[in-house]
Amino acid sequence: MSATAALLAIEDLTVTFRTRAGTVHALEGVSFAIAEGEILGIVGESGSGKSVTAYGILGLLDAAARVASGRVMFGGRDLLRLSQAQLSDLRGREISIVFQNPRTALNPIRPIGLQIADVIARHDPGPAATIREKVLAVLRQVRIPDPERRLAAVPYELSGGMCQRVGIAMALACAPRLLLADEPTTGLDVTTQAVIMDLVRDSVHQRGMSAVFITHDLALASEYCDRIVVMHAGHVVEDAPVRALFAQPRHPYTAKLLASVPSAVESVDALSPIDGALPDLRRDDLPACRFSERCERRRAACDEGPIRPAPCGPDHRVACKVPL
Amino acid sequence: MTPVLELRALSKSFTVAGAQTGLAWPWRRRASSRLAAVDHVDLRVMPGEALGLVGESGCGKSTLARLASRLIDADAGEILLDGAGIHDVSPARFATSPQRRHVQMVFQDPTESLNPRFSVFEAIADPVRMLLPGSTREIAARVEKAAAQVGLPRELFSRFPHQLSGGQKARVGIARAMAVEPRLLVLDEPTSALDVSVQALVLKLLVQLRRQAGVALLFVSHDLTVVRLLCDRIAVMYLGQVVETADSATLFRAPRHPYTRALLSAIPRLPGVARATREHLDGEPRSPIDPDPNACRFAGRCPLETKLCTTEAPTLRAVAPDHIVRCHHPLESAMP
Repeated sequence: MSATAALLAIEDLTVTFRTRAGTVHALEGVSFAIAEGEILGIVGESGSGKSVTAYGILGLLDAAARVASGRVMFGGRDLLRLSQAQLSDLRGREISIVFQNPRTALNPIRPIGLQIADVIARHDPGPAATIREKVLAVLRQVRIPDPERRLAAVPYELSGGMCQRVGIAMALACAPRLLLADEPTTGLDVTTQAVIMDLVRDSVHQRGMSAVFITHDLALASEYCDRIVVMHAGHVVEDAPVRALFAQPRHPYTAKLLASVPSAVESVDALSPIDGALPDLRRDDLPACRFSERCERRRAACDEGPIRPAPCGPDHRVACKVPL
Repeated sequence: MTPVLELRALSKSFTVAGAQTGLAWPWRRRASSRLAAVDHVDLRVMPGEALGLVGESGCGKSTLARLASRLIDADAGEILLDGAGIHDVSPARFATSPQRRHVQMVFQDPTESLNPRFSVFEAIADPVRMLLPGSTREIAARVEKAAAQVGLPRELFSRFPHQLSGGQKARVGIARAMAVEPRLLVLDEPTSALDVSVQALVLKLLVQLRRQAGVALLFVSHDLTVVRLLCDRIAVMYLGQVVETADSATLFRAPRHPYTRALLSAIPRLPGVARATREHLDGEPRSPIDPDPNACRFAGRCPLETKLCTTEAPTLRAVAPDHIVRCHHPLESAMP
C-alpha cells in the first residue's frame, strides 16, 4: 500500500451528525487507502460507520452531517473540497456506487433501459442509437438475458437479483475507476449472491478498476476481497490483507468478530458472542478506544488517546495499545 | 414416541390475479391463478428435536411456519399437535384454546414484532395473561422465570423496546414465547436482522433452552450455516415442496439433491474452510404460479436434467435410512 499506488486515500476523516438527541460522532480519524486494481472490503456491524464512509467519499452525506476534518484524495484532488457541479461530473464517471436495496435505488416507474441511458447521456452524450447500443452492451455484460426486451421493463417486473444487476450495470455504464458497493447482496438469496458477487469481481478485474465492498459478512468479504478494513463504532480498528487478517487478527474486536461467525465453528458451544453493545455515539465522553468498554485486555494506556491504526506487520495496521 | 408436530400432506395456495385475456368486463372476475406456496408437505418434529427448514425466498418456508403455528388456515392436509388434529380449529379459536400455549412463535425482526407501547414486563406477561390466567403474583412469577431463562435482568422490566439493544429485544421476543412453557417454538428467521455478535448470543440461548427446557424447535432460515449449528435434522424446500430431508451432518457432507448441493456450494466460506467445487445456479426459479404437475420444479436450473424431469414429476423417496430426496437422478452418496 505504498502512497504512489493508491487510487484513493482517506486521511483522518471525522464526520459528525447533528440530531435532536445530540451530536452523533459517526466517524473519527478514519484513514485508509485503496490501491489500483484492488478490491477492498470494509467490514463491521451496524452502526460502525461503513456506509457513512462510502457516502462521504461521494459527497452523498445527509444535510445534518458535518465533516469536521479530513481529506479524501482521488487523482490529486480532495473530493471534500469539490463543488456540487464537480461532484456531479465525477459521480458515475470516475467513482460509482451500487446501493444496498436495488428496489429503492432504482426509479420504480421508469424503464430500466432509460435509467441506464440517463447515466450515459449525462457523462458521454451522443446520438440516441449509440446510447442504446451502450446500454445493451452493459446489460449483456451483467448477463441479463434477452436485453433488448428488458430495456422497457420497469423495476417491479424484475426479480431482486435482476434489479441488482441493473444497479451494477448503471454503476459500470461509464467505466469508472472506482466502484463502491454498499452491501450489494444483502436481502438476496445465497445462490443469487454468489452470482452477483462473481459478476462484480469479474467486471472489476476485467476493466482494471478498483472496488470498495462494504459488508457485515466476514466470510463473504474473505472470498472476494484482497484486503479488509475492520470498522467498529466509527473507528478503523484493523486493516490487513485477507489471509493475514484471518490467520492472525491483531485487534481484540476482530478476533471476537471472527469467533462469532457461524461458518467458522463446528458447534454452537464454540461460538462466542461479544459482550456488551456498541457505545452510544452521542456521548461526548467517548473513550479513546471505543471498544475498551467491551474489552478484556483493557489497560490504563487504552484511555490515552487518540488511538489510530499503526503498522504491526507487512501491510497490516492495528489501532490497539495491547494488540494480540 | 408421538411427534410434537406432525404435518400430513399440508397444502396452501394463494389466489393471484391472472392476466386478462380477450374482452372482459370490469365487473366480471378475471381468470385467477393459484400460487402453490406449500404443496403437500409432510414433516415431523419429535419432542425436544430441532428441525431446520431452509430454502430461498419464495419457497414457502415462512408460509409453512405460519401454517404450523396456526396463524393461517391450510387448504388441505392435517396438522397434529401431540397426536391431536388442530387443522380444523379456526386460527381465531386456536388463539384462545388451551393448545395455543404449546406452539409459540418467534418472529424475524424483534424491533418490528414487539409492541412499542408495551414495557418488557408487559410484553412477556401478555401471552401469559391470555393463555395461563392466574393471580398477579403467579403471572409475575412466570415472567420472571422466562426472563431469567433468556438472561434478561430485572432492571429492564420497565423499559420500552426503543430503550433496548438489538440483543435485548431478541431476548424479549424469545422470553415471551417461552413464558407459557411451550412444547414447540416456531422460529421464522429469528437471527437474520441481527449482527453476527448478537446472532451468536441468540443461537447459544436457543441451544441452552433446548437443553434445559426440552423445547422442540422448528427453525426456518435461509442461512444454512446457522441451521447446521442449531438443528439435528434439515428439510430443504424448493417452490413449495420439500426436496430433501436428512440429518444435518449427512446433508452437509453428502447432499443427494442437486439443488441442495448448489445451495451448499453458494455459502461463502472463510479462508481455510474447504468447499466442494463451486457451482452456480443460473437463471431464476420457475414461477410458483400454476406449476406444471408433470415436471420437476427444479427443471430448467438443474445441471443433471434429463427428458424424464420435464415429463414426470419426481416423488419423495428414501435413498438411505432417514434420508429422503425428491429427484429422478439423486447424486451419489459420496461427494466427488
